[in-house]
Amino acid sequence: MATTNPRTLYQKIWDAHVVERRDDGTCLIYIDRHLVHEVTSPQAFEALRLAGRKVRRPDLTLAVPDHNLPTTARRDAAGQRIAIKDAQSAQQLAALEANAPAFGIRYIGDADREQGIVHVVGPEQGFSLPGATIVCGDSHTACHGGLGALAFGIGTSEVEHVLATQTLLLKQSKAMEVRVEGDLGPGVTAKDLVLHITGVLGAAGGTGYVIEYTGSAIRALSIEGRLTVSNMAIEHGARAGLIAPDEATIAYVKGRPYAPKGADWDAAVAWWRSLATDPGARYDKVVVIDAAQIVPSVTWGTSPEDVVPITGVVPAPDSFADASKREAAAKSLAYMGLEPGQPLNAVEIQNVFIGSCTNSRIEDLRAAAAVLRGRHKAPGVKWAIVVPGSGLVKAMAEAEGLDQVFVEAGFEWREPGCSACLGMNPDKVPAGERCASTSNRNFVGRQGPGARTHLVSPAMAAAAAVAGHLTDVRDLVC
Amino acid sequence: MEPVTTIDGRAYPFGQKNVDTDVIIPSHWLKTITREGLGRGAFESLRTDPDNLFDSAEFSGSPILVAGDNFGCGSSREHAAWALLDLGVRAVIAPSFSDIFSGNAFKNGILTVVLPQDAVDRLAEVARTQPIHIDLEQQTVTTPFQDRFAFDIDPFRKNCLLNGLDEVGLTLAQSDVIGVFEDRVRAERPFLATGVAA
Ligand code: SF4
Repeated sequence: MATTNPRTLYQKIWDAHVVERRDDGTCLIYIDRHLVHEVTSPQAFEALRLAGRKVRRPDLTLAVPDHNLPTTARRDAAGQRIAIKDAQSAQQLAALEANAPAFGIRYIGDADREQGIVHVVGPEQGFSLPGATIVCGDSHTACHGGLGALAFGIGTSEVEHVLATQTLLLKQSKAMEVRVEGDLGPGVTAKDLVLHITGVLGAAGGTGYVIEYTGSAIRALSIEGRLTVSNMAIEHGARAGLIAPDEATIAYVKGRPYAPKGADWDAAVAWWRSLATDPGARYDKVVVIDAAQIVPSVTWGTSPEDVVPITGVVPAPDSFADASKREAAAKSLAYMGLEPGQPLNAVEIQNVFIGSCTNSRIEDLRAAAAVLRGRHKAPGVKWAIVVPGSGLVKAMAEAEGLDQVFVEAGFEWREPGCSACLGMNPDKVPAGERCASTSNRNFVGRQGPGARTHLVSPAMAAAAAVAGHLTDVRDLVC
Repeated sequence: MEPVTTIDGRAYPFGQKNVDTDVIIPSHWLKTITREGLGRGAFESLRTDPDNLFDSAEFSGSPILVAGDNFGCGSSREHAAWALLDLGVRAVIAPSFSDIFSGNAFKNGILTVVLPQDAVDRLAEVARTQPIHIDLEQQTVTTPFQDRFAFDIDPFRKNCLLNGLDEVGLTLAQSDVIGVFEDRVRAERPFLATGVAA
């Protein structure tokens, strides 16, 4: 559609994917890439089978198990599969293993080097591309927006719809710009930045919007950092997050297994360079954040919006203007076992989880290892694990000797998967215990029934492991 | 999908805000490969309280749930909708819903009704003792006390719900239009058209 009006990045990607526009504004949107995992797909494949329907574009679909695979060894010394103890997990894995080939879909198996968390695998394989529409039956699909892809989570009926038609019926969201200007201070990471944004916007602040993150602080982030930021767009309620593709994005994508090659590559680069929001384009809402104000952040409650600087204290429920928030805060504090006024940096932790699609890429592991090198977890920390985002991340970390750093610091070094991010596999935080976690959700019971989650960056998680309590990583390394 | 025309009966006066999908159906219930049987896991963490609404003799099996702001926030798991359906819930009334949840609910024939907070508060009050009546055709929620609240609904969704239409089938009927679009992408943005081989 030719248009001379200045358009946002979101508008440009949207316009390029409209198959059909209906009178009520609903659009049939073409989906370029579909990631499928074992938990939200069995019922979709089942429905296709019952209706005698095929997958329209198996070549635009990639299946990989991640959510409930155990992160312990998957093959024994003889290369034989080690049986998954949980019968239901085993059944979900078996269903995906059978469904993918039955419908002609490329499947990355549980013991393949490329296996990992869908949102780590997609970008890593060059399957996720800037400007593409990407969906997956997991809400953190927003992650791929770090590459400048319009990516969002869908439910199982939509998984079925995409498998059968390669499209979705959607209404366009409003566009919000979150502009972060200035420089992040030493020891302040992409995770602290996105936790801070979530605190500012609130868990529902982005509802109805697609958020484009802009500004010098965003531009200065590595692609991995951008994936971390966009990953949590859903935690402030947005349908998707976006960061305009630039030269760093292009360099990141180049040469990856499924990235375009030859003439296709040149055409792709030209298109990606044209996607940035035009000067003068209007957003429905703009929020400006000063990067210099951000310090290493941590959550105290059971909503990702419950963010405070590590230098801060647990807030009193009375300090919130909104009555329902006061009630929620009181409940959160009871669940979390915290008192108003308690300094965050004295809160003792018993578990540390470094992993999840938010923070399990190589830079995350390097950041954590840099803090842990030559140090050991505190005696009070009973369980500390590192779960790389993919087999390739794991191999890279091992080549750099990071696994040794973690093991010497008292961490367990695991196989890739979602793990304690959502506690579907055996990796759970025991009831009543606290976990410094690099994941994205601190909901009640998210890491196991009764588990108390504090969301932090990988460096902060490592620092907490060493100190035995939440602590300001800048005291250790800066 | 079964058509939805009117929904009549008792309603859980639930009202909590920001109820996330982990509360609606905890993740350990997500290991199923079918859609049935999830009602037992619905609101599991709340149902450890012996006085909870969902197991009370009075409300158990109610077809309507009166909820708070931002209902269904959190994950995209459609199991949340399946769990409600299995619990017997056919409509949820709240001041707002998470986008993904309301989409999932719709696709499973659950009506999500958005009403202003004061209307929802009133319905929650009535629900304690009386049934509630929802008329999709008329787009109204009424009570035995002559309360009458009109709600908006997307006409496409309304039509699908009233007639029990399956969205996948509707879109498949447009395969040709999708094919034309694919040809255009192959010509204009070939790098998006090339995928991965099995
Ligand atoms: S790591 Fe957590 S958030 Fe990411 S895909 Fe897995 S379960 Fe979802």
